[in-house]
Amino acid sequence: MGEVKANAHLDLRGVMCPINFVKAKLKLETLEAGEVLELVLDSGEPIQNVPKSIKEEGHKILEVKKEGEHFRLKIQKG
Amino acid sequence: MTDHFIEDKTTKVNVNLETIGERVDFNDLKSGGFIKQRQKDLFTVRLRCPGGRMETKKLVEISKIADKYSKKGVVHFSFRQSLEILYVDYKEFRNIVSELEKIGQKVASCGPRVRVPTACGGCEYNPNGLTDTQGMAEMVDQKFFGTPTPHKFKTSFSGCPIDCSRTKEMDFGFQGIVEPVWEDPLCTGCTICSEACKEDAIVSDPDTGKPIFDPKKCIFCGDCIRACPTEAWKAKRYGHIVRIGGKHGRHPMESIEVCTFLPDDKVADAIQKTVEWYNANGKRGERIGNTIKRVGIQKYLDFMEPVFKHGSPVNYLAPGV
Repeated sequence: MGEVKANAHLDLRGVMCPINFVKAKLKLETLEAGEVLELVLDSGEPIQNVPKSIKEEGHKILEVKKEGEHFRLKIQKG
Repeated sequence: MTDHFIEDKTTKVNVNLETIGERVDFNDLKSGGFIKQRQKDLFTVRLRCPGGRMETKKLVEISKIADKYSKKGVVHFSFRQSLEILYVDYKEFRNIVSELEKIGQKVASCGPRVRVPTACGGCEYNPNGLTDTQGMAEMVDQKFFGTPTPHKFKTSFSGCPIDCSRTKEMDFGFQGIVEPVWEDPLCTGCTICSEACKEDAIVSDPDTGKPIFDPKKCIFCGDCIRACPTEAWKAKRYGHIVRIGGKHGRHPMESIEVCTFLPDDKVADAIQKTVEWYNANGKRGERIGNTIKRVGIQKYLDFMEPVFKHGSPVNYLAPGV
């Protein structure tokens, strides 16, 4: 999978559920459809819950990379 | 004259309202959802609210009726999701029932019969929900409410393995499940599914990141399907885990799983046939869990085979059975 260029970045390490999802949602609202948000999430509850909720809101997860104890996701606004 | 609202299919309780105080057996009133209170002449009127769901317009009307008839101006949310109007004078039964009927609200029942089903929110609006628990509760209430049984018969519907409706503690409970399937070509090895799985049923291959799935650990919650970014995890089939013989009360019993992946359209058959078996085998005053203990689970399963064959079998030999 090729590297996708992100239009915005959000580091949600240390942010609890569901605040992390709300922050991601607000950030996505500032983007145009088709633009990409890069998101950093902790493992455990955040990675269990946030991608599910993002999918349910109609966005697309393009890329997921595990980096030690956290995950780097690229999300395309739906 | 006779009032139909305290009449049920087993024991016809004919009450002459003019002389109700002298003639009525207050215990019989329970069959119609009127429960005697400590206070002289006052009863609790239990409404029939399958799945605990109610239209707001109806709720407004009910609150007006409750305000008019409750001597203390209070209601209580019952443990089985039904609204109870407290402190109602028995002399006003006819009036309150006719006012409730006008807005399409029925009164519940107590005693040895199929009770109003309970249910969680289900798949309509709860993100975890796998089955239409509310639709199921509505259907069961329409078809089976008040059917006589040897003792009370409580049903419930949970939409997922979190089991908020406590199907493990019901006479007959249905809990939603989904069977996941994985398609290699769609998988990018992102490892989210192994993180999302709370049961350790999925571990990621250290080299490829792709899932290694242990079906024995899977409880069929669907978290992997919801978490997967590329639809590599999909739903193969939805259905219900069917549990029988649970109860709470003074001597709680845990239910036995008797079928998995029973499809929606076999739920009514399962209840109908189970009630039939219970009525043929149960002693008066005996909950179905105790009937099964006494008669044997295999006899029940043999009887249910025509219905349960539409699902998948389970290891039903739970501890203590």
